[in-house]
Amino acid sequence: MRYLIAALAFALSATAVHAQTIKIGLVTALSGQSARAGEAITRGLSVAIDEINAKGGVLGRKLELARRDDEATPAKGVIAARELLFKEKVAVLFGGLDTPVSLAIVPIVNQEKIVFVGPWAAGTPITKNGAKENYVFRVSAVDEIVNRAMLQYAQKTFNAKNCGMILVNNPWGESNEKGLMAALSAKGIKPAGIEKFEANDVDVVPQLTRLKAAGADCLFLVGNVGPSAQVVKSLDRMGWMPPIVSHWGPAGGRFTELAGPSAPNVHFVQTYSFFGKQTPVGHKVLKALMAKYPDIKGPGDVTPAVGVANAYDAMMLTAMAIQNAGSTDGPKVREGFYKIARYEGLIKTYERPFTPDNHDAVNENDYVWTQFIDNQILPVGMKK
Amino acid sequence: MLVTSALISGLALGSMYGLLALGFYVTYAVSSTVNFAQGSSMMLGAVFAYTLAVTFGWPFVPAALAALALCALYGVIVERLAVRPFARRGSSAWLMATVALGIIADNAVLFTFGKEPRGFSLAWAHGSVRVAGINVSYLQMAIPAVGLALAAGLHLFSRKTRYGKAMLAVVQNADAARLMGINVPLAITLAYAASTLFAGAAGIMIAPLFNVHSDMGTLFGLKAFAVAILGGITSAWGVMLAGLIFGLTEALITALLGSTYTQLLSFALVIVALALMPNGLFGRAEVKKV
Repeated sequence: MRYLIAALAFALSATAVHAQTIKIGLVTALSGQSARAGEAITRGLSVAIDEINAKGGVLGRKLELARRDDEATPAKGVIAARELLFKEKVAVLFGGLDTPVSLAIVPIVNQEKIVFVGPWAAGTPITKNGAKENYVFRVSAVDEIVNRAMLQYAQKTFNAKNCGMILVNNPWGESNEKGLMAALSAKGIKPAGIEKFEANDVDVVPQLTRLKAAGADCLFLVGNVGPSAQVVKSLDRMGWMPPIVSHWGPAGGRFTELAGPSAPNVHFVQTYSFFGKQTPVGHKVLKALMAKYPDIKGPGDVTPAVGVANAYDAMMLTAMAIQNAGSTDGPKVREGFYKIARYEGLIKTYERPFTPDNHDAVNENDYVWTQFIDNQILPVGMKK
Repeated sequence: MLVTSALISGLALGSMYGLLALGFYVTYAVSSTVNFAQGSSMMLGAVFAYTLAVTFGWPFVPAALAALALCALYGVIVERLAVRPFARRGSSAWLMATVALGIIADNAVLFTFGKEPRGFSLAWAHGSVRVAGINVSYLQMAIPAVGLALAAGLHLFSRKTRYGKAMLAVVQNADAARLMGINVPLAITLAYAASTLFAGAAGIMIAPLFNVHSDMGTLFGLKAFAVAILGGITSAWGVMLAGLIFGLTEALITALLGSTYTQLLSFALVIVALALMPNGLFGRAEVKKV
């Protein structure tokens, strides 16, 4: 009997502690090709949560991270999201790097009226989802803006006149095809060609040969790290190396090891780099990362940096939104995001980052162009 | 140029499909069962070779041979654990059991080898020659050569050696073979070892062109099964040829019509081919003699 009472008391006290914390959910790839990216998001969120908790938490309650692996699969992501929403009762849900997974979760959060924050996946329709009451916010790049930036970069840096697209055959690739077409037609240009490839394709030579035959003088590449590496290796085999302007897929893993010696030819977009001159926030976050994770000894070990930086800023902004809401109630938290006036963050200083018409906090002025030099993501042209 | 480069890509990929499909053929011929998770066997070949050559620093040839031996051992395990217990009772549960064992293998690799894909670069594989204005890497030439050599080896083994003839006897009539003193269970185990060895060889050869990770074989396994059925699973050469035809068709569709149509058309053509020739391109209808 005594044991029973003790167990009951323990269970009650556990529930009491449980009720005091505010749970933050994360659904991302923690295994498979994009595992590093999922780990980066986790680290960004964790460092922000530690910082917030050290100052007493939000609404007097500590934050607690609950994360689940979506294995980069929409079906698994939906199951994980439901579990976090209904069983773990998270106040806010964070997403991972795969656009198809985030797109599958969007209808659920809009229906359940729980805020979903994207620190990575860049698919345009994630935030522009057409819902009357949109609960999805993002602190990351947005495809249609990245696509405009890609065209601008190709024209300015490489004087490209006839770019071809080589895109992974999934909703992310599709989202970029639309965005790139819009960016090109805004300037009255037509692409040299549009080619798709499967994420598990070994040989992309036939697609690339078509683009070469069409006279492409530059390639727009969209794909995660593995598929992007397959494109570079195929180009190597062909002995053709046009300038490659890429979305940020290569940042998600060991790109140099996978793509081989031509890896630096890929110039890709990032929202942040821990290299170069840092703001005080940059110094603070890097110091916190080095203290918490023994494998981080310098800026080169924060990989992929965009996952860490986006997640850190997203968590800080979310905490402000909950504080503004004065509650963890979904609709109030959503209103709380609109009330954020100013936040001096890692990526930039945010001034009224969210309005009912704009759920994306980061825009083209915040992008950095980078390349892999050995195993580090450096701003283009910067030597180690 | 479009067509030539497609032919080169298609030949290399096609012989990979053929090698995997040859694995389906060997076990089906001897026991009317197959290891549905051939893709996992292929992945194991690449993972074993990577671990021995890169992690342990062995020279490539011993690493590849040891990896092949380990793959053959895995084949024995597949037969003993996932096929024999069910086939003996006349049950078809081996079908699910082999899939399950493949998933276990994939996950075991995920936990031990790691979550990230790794690059398996071989210095000699990077060299290339120019053929008809197209760069062809040594590896792309080696892959079809090794594929065809293995198919020829299998053919010679079954026709010219005592063991091969014993296996053919099992194919024709297992009961009669048993009465003649042929060890039928051993013949089936050996067929499984050969089957995973072929898959392992495909995995090792594809690794430098691709990357090494736990689910690298899934799509290959699926395509190889389509190839095995297309070739008519009862003919070794047929299966190998079907692999080449499938690989070339894929590459040509991509080159001539664009990649949007590749999967759509290549699998549609498989269905059309099977509708017109239900026993596969090179297979024969089974005649049961009573």
